[in-house]
Amino acid sequence: MSYRILLLAKQVPDTRNVGKDAMKSDGTVNRVALPAIFNPEDLNALEFALRVKDQRKDAEIIIITMGPPRAADIIREGMYRGADKGVLITDRKFAGSDTLATSYAISLAVKKLAPFDMVVAGRQAIDGDTAQVGPQVAEKLNIPQITYAEEFLGFSKNKIQVKRRLERGVEILEAESPVLITVHSSAADCRVRNAKRVMKYKYARTEIELQEAAEDYIEMLESRPYLQIKQWSVTDLKADVSLLGLSGSPTKVKKIENVIFTHKDSTTLSSSDADINKLVKSLISSHVIG
Amino acid sequence: MSKNIFVYCEITEEGHVADVSLELCSKGNKLAKELGVDINAIAIGDKLDNIADEVSAFGVSKLYLAEDKKLFPYLNMPHSNIVSKILQEQKADIVLFGATSIGRDLAPRVASTLKCGLTADCTSLEIGDHYVKKTDTTYKNLLYQIRPAFGGNIIATIINPDMHPQMATVREGVMKLEPLKKKVKPEVIKIDVNKYVSKSDFAISIIDRKIEAQKVNIKGAQIIVAGGYGVGSKENFSLLKQLADLLGGEVGASRAAVDSGFVDHERQIGQTGVTVRPKLYIACGISGAVQHTAGMDQSAQIISINNDSEAPISKIADYNIVGSINEVIPKMIKYYRQNSK
Repeated sequence: MSYRILLLAKQVPDTRNVGKDAMKSDGTVNRVALPAIFNPEDLNALEFALRVKDQRKDAEIIIITMGPPRAADIIREGMYRGADKGVLITDRKFAGSDTLATSYAISLAVKKLAPFDMVVAGRQAIDGDTAQVGPQVAEKLNIPQITYAEEFLGFSKNKIQVKRRLERGVEILEAESPVLITVHSSAADCRVRNAKRVMKYKYARTEIELQEAAEDYIEMLESRPYLQIKQWSVTDLKADVSLLGLSGSPTKVKKIENVIFTHKDSTTLSSSDADINKLVKSLISSHVIG
Repeated sequence: MSKNIFVYCEITEEGHVADVSLELCSKGNKLAKELGVDINAIAIGDKLDNIADEVSAFGVSKLYLAEDKKLFPYLNMPHSNIVSKILQEQKADIVLFGATSIGRDLAPRVASTLKCGLTADCTSLEIGDHYVKKTDTTYKNLLYQIRPAFGGNIIATIINPDMHPQMATVREGVMKLEPLKKKVKPEVIKIDVNKYVSKSDFAISIIDRKIEAQKVNIKGAQIIVAGGYGVGSKENFSLLKQLADLLGGEVGASRAAVDSGFVDHERQIGQTGVTVRPKLYIACGISGAVQHTAGMDQSAQIISINNDSEAPISKIADYNIVGSINEVIPKMIKYYRQNSK
């Protein structure tokens, strides 16, 4: 029985490097200028999983991602860096899911891949910064969780040891399998792509992608099963639709306000109380700070 | 049905209620007054005799205490099971947690158990109504959970119309700490811990804990307060740190400041340091040599604080404050505290 690690990863718009070109003149987000990327802390999580695999040669890493069909890109990226397989959860019925509904869908996929030893995920995704899906998946699986993990310290008999990052220090925790771990950005950066793996996995495809592929391509995939990325819908997961999407999400968005970045010409201010107070107030009201 | 507000009181290493929890009691107390309900607190740990006294200036009616030596330090499963059960039994309507490594570990698990919503890192909490046109229904007195999203580029107001409790986490320093003049000791309700936790909740064990500083991550910071040679000394950099901490940002530096030994190399921004593009860059005593600006000129907004109104940085800054950092930064801190909610 191999040691099975499930990696939860998300494709996100790159909200970190919001420079002047990423904002439109009306102050709204120019989404076109934000490329879709592998969520940064999920890459830390992948490295964490790979370090476990470095010590357990029988380990296999399966990436699970939920999103639109193009999210298969991050499964391929993960394979180039060392993951073995991938599952794309995709269905229009998932649209509008908040963290509770998302964790329900992901927990079903995880159960479908049981037995597993470890579920690893980034602490949070940069498009929401909630850090909720990991713990909520753990609760639904009824397994313990270690959040804010910074380092995999190794195996001690059957148990794993993990260093956890806190505000003022660190904790060393010991846990039996199965356990869910969320990995903090202070953990090691992910190793780069491996050229041999890029050659091996560059033709990995999901069912949707195959529909658009040429005939000879499909033949090649049939002879190389490792190139098939599993694709699961609501039906495949036998999910209760009322627990998904908007109906399964307790939280609703009532209102969205854009953060206004003004690009006026440079303003010169004095160090007087009145000037500083005015500046701070305007930064707060435009949501740049506060 | 009771509509009470609950605050999870985090216990510090020293055995006190964390500041963030007292701030939430202050906010919770205001919300409770607006709604005409009570505010209750939950504290879990070991030796909690002092807690009732520590929350007495914050209007807490009932304090639920779970005391046992195996409940400190914090462990996720025992704490989340205790909190979930109390909230279910008491039919809590609003629950507030600090957005700390404990609160952000605990609250999602509790929300999943209670199948309710949770909004992370709220910057403001208000009470308001919500009208749904489709069903012609008005929801009265919901908790508006206001938070930045999408990397801080939008501000969203989140509500939970149907599924309660309504839960939120809030970072330290966001809500004001406002002790009441009159101290009233809350009614203390002691929890029979063994009824709330089982042996399997201790599947994870803590084998060591230590204080260890974190590596710096200025690349990921949304707000950077950077200093140059003009800051003048290592001591003056602590002013920058105060402002950065208050705004939730990081301290950066120009090469000149690093070479002068004011600050560590890992904070260096520019051609030979890192390139950053934060939402707000506050340049303190930085002249603005190209080697530095190459690493920060894509920042969404730039404020320069400099004695010299003609310094090159003034060409790229959105705001130029002419003055010394020793005068300007304390004022910024003062007015931020005064104006933020």
